[in-house]
Amino acid sequence: MTKSVSKSIKTPKEVEREFDILRVLLGMTIALCIAFLIILLISKDPLGALKSFVIGPLSTLRRMGNVVEAMTPLLFTGVAVCFIFSANQTNMAVEGGFLLGALGATIGATVFHLPPVIHPLVCLLLGGLFGAFACYVPALLYVKFNSKPVVSSLMMNYICMYIALGIINHVIRDPGAGFPASYTFDETAQLARVLKGTHVHAGIFVGLVVVLVGYLYLYRSRKGYEIRMVGKNVNFAAYSGMPVNKVLMNSQLIGGFLAGMGGAVEVLGMYTRFQYQGLTGHGFDGILVGIIAGYNPAIVPLAALFLGYIRVGADVMSRMNDIPIELVSIIQSIIIVLVVAERFLYKQKHRKLVEVAHKELAREEVAANE
Amino acid sequence: MNNNILSAIFSAEFAYSVIRVTTPLLFCALAALVCNRGGVLNIAFEGCMLTAAFCGVVGSAYSQNLFVGLLAGLAGGIGIMMLMGYFNLILNANVVLTGIALNTFASGGTVFALYILCNDKGLSTSLQSLAFPNVNIPLIQDVPVLGKILSGHNVLTYVSVLCVFLVYLLIFKTPLGLRIRAVGENPSAASSVGINVTRTKFTTLFIGGLIASLGGVYMSMGYLTWFGRDMVAGRGFIGIAAQNLGNAAPMATFIAALFFGFANALSNVLQTQNIPSEAVQAIPYVATLIGLVAYSSSTRKKKTGIKQLKRRVPDGL
Repeated sequence: MTKSVSKSIKTPKEVEREFDILRVLLGMTIALCIAFLIILLISKDPLGALKSFVIGPLSTLRRMGNVVEAMTPLLFTGVAVCFIFSANQTNMAVEGGFLLGALGATIGATVFHLPPVIHPLVCLLLGGLFGAFACYVPALLYVKFNSKPVVSSLMMNYICMYIALGIINHVIRDPGAGFPASYTFDETAQLARVLKGTHVHAGIFVGLVVVLVGYLYLYRSRKGYEIRMVGKNVNFAAYSGMPVNKVLMNSQLIGGFLAGMGGAVEVLGMYTRFQYQGLTGHGFDGILVGIIAGYNPAIVPLAALFLGYIRVGADVMSRMNDIPIELVSIIQSIIIVLVVAERFLYKQKHRKLVEVAHKELAREEVAANE
Repeated sequence: MNNNILSAIFSAEFAYSVIRVTTPLLFCALAALVCNRGGVLNIAFEGCMLTAAFCGVVGSAYSQNLFVGLLAGLAGGIGIMMLMGYFNLILNANVVLTGIALNTFASGGTVFALYILCNDKGLSTSLQSLAFPNVNIPLIQDVPVLGKILSGHNVLTYVSVLCVFLVYLLIFKTPLGLRIRAVGENPSAASSVGINVTRTKFTTLFIGGLIASLGGVYMSMGYLTWFGRDMVAGRGFIGIAAQNLGNAAPMATFIAALFFGFANALSNVLQTQNIPSEAVQAIPYVATLIGLVAYSSSTRKKKTGIKQLKRRVPDGL
């Protein structure tokens, strides 16, 4: 009897989770509403702009493909951010790691000549290792020298950018390309297209595997538990005997590896040569994806889909109407601040928690009287 | 080639350019210093400077008045810092993530507005914006080498050096500075003696935003005479690093900012030589990393000397 009653009353933990989800959804809604408002105020053809923004991505197969293409790299950087931020490390070198990963894959795809299936695998591995290096440096500086990763990782991003551009421009630049770009990748290294009429490539499957493995590792394994525990309470983790420094390094190396793999998948799937001219922003997008997903890899695909969708929508709108694509940055920033603002909806959450506690008390009293 | 480089470095022009590129870094470092002392160090200076640079250009172009441009720039930059305060202090949002959000907002928002105003996503050259004048200092400009180095800078450059002393006076010699430091060192203790912690932190952010905005305004109305997409290019972060390296002391921060300015100017000079420009452009950032290590390991020695505490104390950013 009591068991069934206790099930009908929510535990405080459930209430907290409910409000976390509510805050994310409300944050996204508010951000989109503000975006609509901006469109209405600025555009000469607000209804047309809104239409291309909201249903533009669904209008043709090609654009639906664009959404999937846009979300593919975000799966990698999103899961990477889940690993790093779960350990409570604000290492933003995923941004540089992505670019270095692209560089690693480029080296693998232009210098080595291997048989089909093995070639992209080697490239992904190389990209991952390059990406891990990007996140390794700030992590090491923190563990060894106690220098917080915020500034060092931001510096690392610029260093990664110059490493990548330097190697592309001076070592593997194709003089015949007509613009700064690497030699073309071997056909064997390029990822296969999986949907006719779009650029959707096999990377999406690799990404989904990464999501699955990332979730199992972070939420269903002992090592993952250590990462999350160190992130929640580093003192508790240290006193219960967890090797804190090792766990910190581990989480950031995995994060960097995944970010690098994302860069590798992106260049091998979408392009035939390395042609970035600077940082790509995929790492910072990954941070947004991670925040929306609550640092849980299982929710990363949804968050990446959302971001991919509004990005393609804004792209369609910027080409059909007079609203620039940078509207997405404004949406992104509003979502981030609303999701991370602990006090946002705090009163409502508090009231709900009190209500639950009262119910629980009343139930206990009844049980005691009986 | 080596001789070329050496003669380029040991020239008055080079020293002049060091001061020129140090100016925005110094402004930002001083802003970070004030914020660090007040316990509200954040990474939104990048966005703050970018917004200030943009608003300054727009304000001066539409009013054709330098002062209005300055005010617009300051208002824009301080606005970003006030948003930082609202989300961080009132809504209790994580300071780093809010900083990322505000930087994204500034980066995208300025380009968005630029496109709406002049139908261009890269440069504001179609706006007739004004710039701050260069000034010659009466006596010094006649001194042989020194005159070439110290005179003829933008008026904001002199303001930045003046700011070093003003910040010193503010932090260490005024009641407000005492309150700022008290709140920064121990908010609970400060609150127990009747200091309004939230209000003081807002004041700190306001002052920090004001100083950083001057750096932003300098970028688009002195260093260059137009606004360019993402023109701050990491200076907001280097400023924080300079402040870290200077251990939040005004003079040491000034010297650290000069060091980063030197690395920056060096990369500008070496780019004209036959060295891969990427390697040279990375110098300021590598220097920052080394500086962070040097700073952190020096403070660690001090701490472990007193007591073998293995706690991870949040030490700046």
